[in-house]
Amino acid sequence: MRLLTWIKRHLVVAAGLLTLAYLLLPNAVVTVFSFNRPKGRFNYEWQRFSTDAWRHPCDVAGLCTSLGLSLRIAVWATLGATVLGTMTAFALVRYRFRARGAVNALIFLPMAMPEVVMAASLLTLFLNLGVRLGFWTVLIAHVMFCLSFVVTAVKARVMSMDPRLEQAAQDLYAGPLQTFVRVTLPIAAPGIAAGALLAFALSFDDFVITNFTAGSTVTFPMYVWGSAQRGTPVQINVVGTAMFVVAVLCVLAATAVGNRRRRHTT
Amino acid sequence: MQTTTTPAVGGGDVRLTGISKRYGTFTAVHPLDLTVPQGSFFALLGASGCGKTTTLRMIAGLEEPTQGTVHLGDQDVTRLPPYRRPVNTVFQSYALFPHLDVFENVAFGLRRRGIKNVKQQVAEMLELVQLGRQARRKPHQLSGGQQQRVAVARALINHPEVLLLDEPLGALDLKLRRQMQLELKRIQTEVGITFIHVTHDQEEAMTMADTVAVMNAGRVEQLGTPTDLYENPRTAFVAGFLGTSNLVPARVTARRGEELVLTAGGATLVLPAARCTVPAPAGAAVLAGVRPEKITLTHADDAAGIPEGRNRITGRIADAGFLGVSTQYVVDSPVCPGFEVYAQNIDRDPRLVPGAEVVAHWSPAHTFGLDAAQDGDAGTAHAEEEAA
Amino acid sequence: MAAVTEAPPPLAPTAPDDEPPRGRGRLTPYWLLLPGILWLLVFFALPVIYQASTSVQTGSLEQGYTVTWHFATYWDALSEYWPQFLRSVLYAACATVLCLLLGYPLAYLIALRAGRWRNLLMVLVVAPFFTSFLIRTLAWKTILADGGPLVGALGTLHVLDVTDWLGWTSGHRVLATPLAVVCGLTYNFLPFMILPLYTSLERIDPGLLEAAGDLYARPATTFRRVTFPLSLPGVVSGTLLTFIPAAGDYVNADLLGSTDTRMVGNVIQTQFLRILDYPTAAALSFLLMAAILLMVTVYIRRSGTEDLV
Repeated sequence: MRLLTWIKRHLVVAAGLLTLAYLLLPNAVVTVFSFNRPKGRFNYEWQRFSTDAWRHPCDVAGLCTSLGLSLRIAVWATLGATVLGTMTAFALVRYRFRARGAVNALIFLPMAMPEVVMAASLLTLFLNLGVRLGFWTVLIAHVMFCLSFVVTAVKARVMSMDPRLEQAAQDLYAGPLQTFVRVTLPIAAPGIAAGALLAFALSFDDFVITNFTAGSTVTFPMYVWGSAQRGTPVQINVVGTAMFVVAVLCVLAATAVGNRRRRHTT
Repeated sequence: MQTTTTPAVGGGDVRLTGISKRYGTFTAVHPLDLTVPQGSFFALLGASGCGKTTTLRMIAGLEEPTQGTVHLGDQDVTRLPPYRRPVNTVFQSYALFPHLDVFENVAFGLRRRGIKNVKQQVAEMLELVQLGRQARRKPHQLSGGQQQRVAVARALINHPEVLLLDEPLGALDLKLRRQMQLELKRIQTEVGITFIHVTHDQEEAMTMADTVAVMNAGRVEQLGTPTDLYENPRTAFVAGFLGTSNLVPARVTARRGEELVLTAGGATLVLPAARCTVPAPAGAAVLAGVRPEKITLTHADDAAGIPEGRNRITGRIADAGFLGVSTQYVVDSPVCPGFEVYAQNIDRDPRLVPGAEVVAHWSPAHTFGLDAAQDGDAGTAHAEEEAA
Repeated sequence: MAAVTEAPPPLAPTAPDDEPPRGRGRLTPYWLLLPGILWLLVFFALPVIYQASTSVQTGSLEQGYTVTWHFATYWDALSEYWPQFLRSVLYAACATVLCLLLGYPLAYLIALRAGRWRNLLMVLVVAPFFTSFLIRTLAWKTILADGGPLVGALGTLHVLDVTDWLGWTSGHRVLATPLAVVCGLTYNFLPFMILPLYTSLERIDPGLLEAAGDLYARPATTFRRVTFPLSLPGVVSGTLLTFIPAAGDYVNADLLGSTDTRMVGNVIQTQFLRILDYPTAAALSFLLMAAILLMVTVYIRRSGTEDLV
């Protein structure tokens, strides 16, 4: 009887942890297989341990170039989407204007649409206009689909801001520009940072829209996609593992710093 | 304590002339004239939505008046944006900048005006509000009372000609509130700046301010010293909003020298003619008011012992609430149901319990007369709403 | 307290704080909006319109296309590719339900039971995002490989007999079957389910759950009557965030499936990028968009949650 209660009480914990395992299993496989020395061109079956790929990550033709390109696109797309998105979010929260509903819908729709639809439409436009596909078309597309996410993140933050703070700044001799720079922007910063981070992750990892708009330009996700057909080098797993580890370490460090600051100051 | 510098400009009165504010069809503030003398502690008192905060915000420049002008001394500031006005505000719930520490919050106004060396001034100001040791804390790490003091310091350090306080004590608990009332009063006396204080708490307004303006539905009902407002309310709203008043509907029967003789449901009351706010010829209807603490209760059996010449009302005690210092009685009388009487607990008459027949009597000098066209319950409903 | 004491008067149409800023700068919102909205109009709305027009064009790649209002393209596309359409909806629905079943316990655990482990668990949920999803999807090829330990175990437990009989797998293989595709879809979109669920569960005041217990509700009843209803906004946005991308996905079907598991996304992709039959591809893409918008609208109406963003 007591055992039954115990099981009942911990059923949620067990189920939750199983889901977590399901989520993390592929990452474990990716990590393990980054130390594999496969026989053929594909890295799907375990052969024997080797650190070759870790020592020579750029030895595969095109991999590091594609990685560099992906980073470059992600940085510019983040910058563009963050600037445009922050402006839009401020306009939406702070002002009353006509066509508000239409603007909101225009921002919501890209998030509610399958990527393949957006990708296909955008390609249709580019083909019709005779635009050459490449770096710029990819960048345009990335800014477009990241924009909505930035708007949403910044909007949430600005909405929760007390309008009296800006009034207080004005009352304390800060003109409109000073108020924005000294008060509004610093307080909205976490929202803007969250939006930017999301935009970077989305852009860096995007495959579907890139695949349609890149022409012969190869970003990292496209390189991985191609390799699934041609043969998967172990270095892909090295990159995947390294990204995972670096990101987790960053997040953990950030939370640790945050915790310590909180403990120190209270 | 001496503050470092004297106000930059030679100050002056705050003058509002015909100022009003409309939002669409709703009039928040009806055209209103008001002069706040320099150096005074002025309170705008009223229930929520009476227009007091809007009035304050028009002085601050956060709200543009629909009509009328705002003058500080000789300067017309009506069209000046808030950051060009020598006026500072202590906001409701303080509006401290969450991303800046206490020091930077207080230094904010000085820095915006391009003052480089702020350290000394900020330190002195923090001393004045007794927050020297919290300079490097963030606002969210402070208690409510400390946050309130930062808000005051942040405004005062700029030596404004006028300090505006928008319900500055609303978020504090009762005990802290009492303490901060004294503190604010002390600071005002020390710096000598004009304070305009918006509040819905009549006790707060009465203890702190030299002059109180009672506002109702976008209008100033009455303006005066706290004592004046309490002893000589000119409207039923003021009578009910500041403390408690018994208002007895009555009719004037005759004028006898300096006194008016009234009849109210069989009882005869006397009212000094000078204390009646409306012209009262014989036959006119008035409200005869009296404060509960001015009334004495005597058991009906002892009625013969009541001195001649006092106003009397007979009735039955409906309820008695013992408060330690005093006892609050509710007397039901055919003249006025729910007649309230506060009796000091000096010699308690054990017969004064619910159900007892009593005579309530008071000196005619304590009676005031109001326009009978008003709602006798005005003001009281608001006060209850606030208390809830 | 402050909110109570200074609540706007019932008569006031707007509280002073809601008023737009002072007289100057009536055009400011438009200047702020212009770049972002222009970007979305040109690179999102305009393409959709272009695509709609492309779908009713006829012609060939060599001679160019002209608008001939050839709606037959839609009919042809549907009659030829309806199985892929159906499959997309079916797979996406399966994946969504699986995501909900798998994601709810984890979201519940993190939001209400994890205590000081909450942050770590959150990091672990989000962490897989940092590795390219294509690499992680390829890892499933290893996990579900024919000779692998998982398939071996499922075979020994006769699970594969059942799934073979149901048509989810075939020939004791998992890879290149519907099961593998649904498994991949579920995996890829699970975090999109967990995050909104977590947000809505975390908002629940623990006092409410204690109150339910105090009012004689047993844990199961508390969940059914209090916790779950309060988490419904999370369930709605989670299912939408899972279903929509899953229905349009073609990566999982391509990497983990076979020609028999092709979804509508695969068809659009091949038509556009390989066969270059633009009208058909545009028609399919437009149909997918319309179908999803319709389903989403109906779903949102029925669930009564309008505030998704």
